[in-house]
Amino acid sequence: MSDTKPLPGDLDSFPKLIQRNARDFADRPAYREKEFGIWQSWTWAEAREAIEAIARGFIAMGLQPGDHVAIVGRNRPHFYWSMLAVQYAGAIPVPVYQDSVADEMAYVLDHCGARFAVVQDQEQVDKLTEVSSRLPSMERIVYIDPRGLRRYDHAALVSLADLRKAGEETRGETEGELAARVAAAKPGDTCIILYTSGTTGRPKGVVLTNANVLITARNSCAFDGLTEKEDILAYLPMAWVGDYVFSMAQACWAGFCVNCPESAETMHTDLREIGPTYFFAPPRFFEGMLTSIMIRMEDASPLKQRLFHKYIDVAKRVGPALLDGSQVSAGDRMRYRIGRALVYGPLLNATGLSRVRVGYTAGEAIGPEIFEFYRSLGINLKQLYGQTEGTIYITQQPDGEVSADTVGVPSPGVEVRLGDSGEVFYRSPGTFAEYYRNPEATAETKDAEGWVATGDAGFFEPDSGHLRIIDRAKDVGKMTDGAMFAPKYVENKLKFYPNILEAVAFGHERDYCTAFINIDLTAVGNWAERNNIAYASYQELAGHPRVYAAVQEHVEAVNRSIADDPMLSQCQIRRFLVLHKELDADDGELTRTRKVRRRIIAEKYAPLVTALYDGSDSVYIETEVTYEDGRKGMIKATLEIRDAAVVAPEAQKVAAE
Amino acid sequence: MPASPEPSTTADGRKIGGVIMEMKNITLRFGGVTAIKDISFDIREGEVRAIIGPNGAGKSSMLNVINGFYHPQEGEVWFRGARRGPMKPYEIARQGIARTFQNIALFKGMSTLDNIMTGRLIHMDTGILSQALWKGRAEAEEIENRERVERIIDFLEIQNIRKTPVGSLPYGLQKRVELGRALAMDPELLLLDEPMAGMNVEEKEDMSRFILDVNDEFGTTIALIEHDMGVVMDISDRVVVMDYGAKIGDGTPDEVRRNQQVIDAYLGVSHD
Repeated sequence: MSDTKPLPGDLDSFPKLIQRNARDFADRPAYREKEFGIWQSWTWAEAREAIEAIARGFIAMGLQPGDHVAIVGRNRPHFYWSMLAVQYAGAIPVPVYQDSVADEMAYVLDHCGARFAVVQDQEQVDKLTEVSSRLPSMERIVYIDPRGLRRYDHAALVSLADLRKAGEETRGETEGELAARVAAAKPGDTCIILYTSGTTGRPKGVVLTNANVLITARNSCAFDGLTEKEDILAYLPMAWVGDYVFSMAQACWAGFCVNCPESAETMHTDLREIGPTYFFAPPRFFEGMLTSIMIRMEDASPLKQRLFHKYIDVAKRVGPALLDGSQVSAGDRMRYRIGRALVYGPLLNATGLSRVRVGYTAGEAIGPEIFEFYRSLGINLKQLYGQTEGTIYITQQPDGEVSADTVGVPSPGVEVRLGDSGEVFYRSPGTFAEYYRNPEATAETKDAEGWVATGDAGFFEPDSGHLRIIDRAKDVGKMTDGAMFAPKYVENKLKFYPNILEAVAFGHERDYCTAFINIDLTAVGNWAERNNIAYASYQELAGHPRVYAAVQEHVEAVNRSIADDPMLSQCQIRRFLVLHKELDADDGELTRTRKVRRRIIAEKYAPLVTALYDGSDSVYIETEVTYEDGRKGMIKATLEIRDAAVVAPEAQKVAAE
Repeated sequence: MPASPEPSTTADGRKIGGVIMEMKNITLRFGGVTAIKDISFDIREGEVRAIIGPNGAGKSSMLNVINGFYHPQEGEVWFRGARRGPMKPYEIARQGIARTFQNIALFKGMSTLDNIMTGRLIHMDTGILSQALWKGRAEAEEIENRERVERIIDFLEIQNIRKTPVGSLPYGLQKRVELGRALAMDPELLLLDEPMAGMNVEEKEDMSRFILDVNDEFGTTIALIEHDMGVVMDISDRVVVMDYGAKIGDGTPDEVRRNQQVIDAYLGVSHD
């Protein structure tokens, strides 16, 4: 099969790709970053120059082949170059989530035994210095922004600029060594270690080889026809496999340009200025954008509102069919064209999505209305399903075969099979080598034939042959009456309402299903403003009777929709409460990729769960919160618990209480 | 003028130079009310100098004297070795003294960028006509100044509000914009009037870091008024303590903290 064939010898490692790009695409932009209000840009030739100088600097500093170098920062060209430079020098980059608290970071850095770290600024230097006693192998920290660091003890510190300078000055001595190390790289060598946060336990270091990463890059670039002409915006965490594949592997393979935002807060403005052609965002991004479009439309003049709604209706009716190339009447085509001139075009332009040729969403289920909204505007938004262990790609939707509730067909070169319990297994050229220093976990996840257990339960839809994921296999539980309990299924339905940011459902080994709800401060805050509801804090707004009433309506609507599915109708929510604080990764309640850690939440909020099942109307709770600087505080609240109407006949007794 | 103390180096390695401003026996009266009574102190180059005191102690009046907005009835103000007579605020600004205000004084309808650009005004000298046509010198001048302003925006980490009208920003951010505008003047002496007032703990920590970084990166001498003792003690090199218009303490934070008069003024006097 051509999808699994080995890489050509001149393109089997990142340094070789950089050298190819510097030759073939010398003057094309490789990296851009907005700084000081202007887009600064580097060509592939300039990028190669910078990367090789940094690599020589690393060699001069004593970096040995096989060493590990931690990369802690937000998406910036300098960090991408540092990762590539480390690979040039035969060593292995280990990107780490820069917003992790010191303890988490210490665990990862110690586990991988990093000798060096490349960090953004004083904040990260301080964080690492704080835990330095736990990092015996850490020798030196390379920083990018010197601000505030001038008078630090530089015995264990060096700026990236100085490192690069050292690389330039020692060119004569290190050049031969560098060339030898580049030549020595083999496809089976470790390319990168990515730590997955996981919803349980300590992070695990996924070891991906050059072949894993680059064969995946080759196949996925071919699948979507990605060329050197694409532009992407690199804004997702660098420690996440998605960013590594999109902004590094595919960018280097196809030779396209990686654009780095000015700061995390300016992402929307930067997105608009760049107008990427290839774009990835998690569902919550699209949800958030739709919410803000709708909020702004409510403030628009009546004429604009009428136009907007009229043509959005046309788009909903016609748009997806046009995108899939199905039959559309001439009149509808004309209406859609007018709509594009008056509404969709300006709207897409304002959001920065007007040039998107290939768009993906993954990570969570996306609400069907949200998904259809973007597709109806003409954005080729598709879904993919994957995980770090498979170099992200397991299944994806080909152009023209897109639907909101499936995740597509197996990606090129990937084999997928279902276990007896419905668990999804896959095997592919991207399948990881091992979990670093964790053979037990490796053996649990990957069998001798290379099949990897995803831990997700799903099935292939008989008509389309597309995979549909129901839930995490281990989260699917049973209620006391034996009915199936699929928490994610319930939570996703709740989260499709803009007012609801997160939901956590309970029901395993219980008599009925209940839920915690987290309101979305942006959407609910705007609604409160419109309705003259005054509030002083998140907590007060969350506990407001009218907010409760609105949430109750959503819960009951979800119940009606769940009741339609005979297999899961017992999952209707009988009682719920609105949480007084936002679930937060800093408090360990979410993973860094914002997935709910249900076991930790159930433990931490045990009194709330008890109250959901003991019939009480309200419950008092004290919760520890962690501030961004790592200090802790307590918040206290008395939460109301409400009953929601359910649609099953025997449930009406409960609803009438 | 007393002999200028020798230039020294602080524990964290910053260079403190000679005296750049000296207040000698300042007395300021408003009609029958004496706001400042015979106060003398100096500000040395490169230091962070704080003036603290309970409400109504005369801190803001003191800052206004330094700033040249009030002219004391008695006493002398020396700046850079020259005695300063009555001056207009813009003349003071040209001397290299910039300030922020306790009650933010920004142009509410203008963007962050434009507000900070106004701070560059004293560094622009092309005429109205050439600025209106935006040709030649005026264009080059604006680009040059915009670059400087962008560095400040980057420094203060306010890129995301570059184009936002400041009137719609939260209080803490407006304070930061105001600091940006003062910095845009490239001042030698920066006066901050209650930079942390009305801020929460996190905003205070941010602001403290910016003040220290300004001092560190640009070598700007900073004089600030604040009544949050904790913050002041953490970031200042030397502190003047005022109470009822008089100076009751002057020295390093440690010295001031041990000063019995200061303790009494802040905590009240016990009668036993």
